[in-house]
Amino acid sequence: MFTQFSNSGESVGFRENKAVGVSIEHLSKSFNKLNVLKDFSLKVAPGEIFVLMGPSGSGKSVLLRHIIGLEMPDSGVVLINGKDALSEDIREHVRMALVFQAGALFNSLTVFDNLALYLREHRLGTEKQIKDKVMQALTLLSLEDAAKKYPSELSGGMKKRVAISRALVMEPQLLLYDEPTSELDPVSSAMIDEIIATLRDQYRVTTIVVSHDRDLAMSIADRVGILMNGNLIHIGTPESLKNPTDKRVSDFLYPKVDLNNPRFKKIIP
Amino acid sequence: MNSIRSVLEGVGSTLILFMRSISHVGTLSRQKSRFIEQCYVIGYTTLPIVGILSFFVGSVLALQSGYSMQDFGTQQFIGALVGLSMVRELGPMMVAILLAGRVGSAITAELASMKVNQEVDALVTMNIPPAKILVLPRLAAVLMMMPVLTVISNLVGWFGGALVCKYTGFISVEPQQYFQALRHVVKFKDVIDGICKAEIFGFIVVLVCSSIGLSTRGGPREIGAAVTKAVVSSLVLILVLDYFVTKLLLAILS
Repeated sequence: MFTQFSNSGESVGFRENKAVGVSIEHLSKSFNKLNVLKDFSLKVAPGEIFVLMGPSGSGKSVLLRHIIGLEMPDSGVVLINGKDALSEDIREHVRMALVFQAGALFNSLTVFDNLALYLREHRLGTEKQIKDKVMQALTLLSLEDAAKKYPSELSGGMKKRVAISRALVMEPQLLLYDEPTSELDPVSSAMIDEIIATLRDQYRVTTIVVSHDRDLAMSIADRVGILMNGNLIHIGTPESLKNPTDKRVSDFLYPKVDLNNPRFKKIIP
Repeated sequence: MNSIRSVLEGVGSTLILFMRSISHVGTLSRQKSRFIEQCYVIGYTTLPIVGILSFFVGSVLALQSGYSMQDFGTQQFIGALVGLSMVRELGPMMVAILLAGRVGSAITAELASMKVNQEVDALVTMNIPPAKILVLPRLAAVLMMMPVLTVISNLVGWFGGALVCKYTGFISVEPQQYFQALRHVVKFKDVIDGICKAEIFGFIVVLVCSSIGLSTRGGPREIGAAVTKAVVSSLVLILVLDYFVTKLLLAILS
């Protein structure tokens, strides 16, 4: 559906991926004696959408940074298709992308050049093919009019979509999202949810989403995990979150506003 | 103890950045636009300030020398003194100091900002080494532009000295006499020595400023602190290295 052809007749569409499985085994990480992840283990199946929820500071983003190789674990290992994620073999042969919480777009480059950078640096086609591919990724997320704009000229929602488009041109087999719907209005959040689900369905991308967004987890996840204080306290289908038996999970997912006994007064006496 | 550790970490990360940048030297031919852009930033935009300062350094050198030498009646040698001082010491040193203040600070601010905004992390996730596209073109550009800036600095400094000698009453040395003394003393190998110094200083400034920028963590306050640290480190390194490089070059010369 999304495959287009260049004037030369060569395909410039995104190919369907061979999805990869992710296995995290006994991962521990601490910063300045603060244990962020404690003996953390998790398996994500090829082509699955796994949503990891948890309070701020629970170690969700740190986990993503370990999967993509931006952090080194104190102990434990991340395996992609059974091989160490930090190995040369995986770095060279498995395409992974991370959609950063703030977008991490290159501020000195236009939206078009942000997307083209990966293709140009890895020499993945002629300039004409690169242009076609970038415009296709932008069109897919209704961003074709933003191609010549700089990141500073974009709204929050557009920045998120550009960040997803930039990940998309890499044709990732494993796509990681760090808080993709944070700071977005409800309609933009719903649009991002639809994009994440569509990309998985169209291209068989294994997807791990870190989020606080309960609606996102309920609507598009195959499985949901809840991380607290570096430990996974719940893992199951979105259905299992509707009536959680664990009080910590229900308190996190369905907090009640109690004006008579406010929480902040418990934190700040 | 912590400060020693921090210095050693800084030296280590700078050396690693150097090795990583050099390992991508083969890609430089595909980075022509980045190289040219950096040549423009490092060379062309620095040229006016180099010109102005060199002119006045040459002038004040001639003025001070003339004032001291008038007691001995040796003003006719001012050209030699200004010429040799500019070419062997003041030209390369001043260009390097200006480079640290003007270009080095900008490099650190830009790279630190990219690091804090996770743009550098984004490059790593794309399998694009930051050393390859952010550092290597700058190192190549500084090696290309330092000789140009140094030669221009020398020429402008000499010219400034000549003007002062002609129009200052107690010196009154004609440009012809000034440049004759200069030509008599300043040899081609002196110019090459000065350029060697400038190349070393320029390379160190860009490498250190890039390394400090890329190892920044935190927010806006840390970016400011990184810029200060980069400029101070560069100035200290220029002055310390100047002694040792001069000693080395003199040993080779003799």
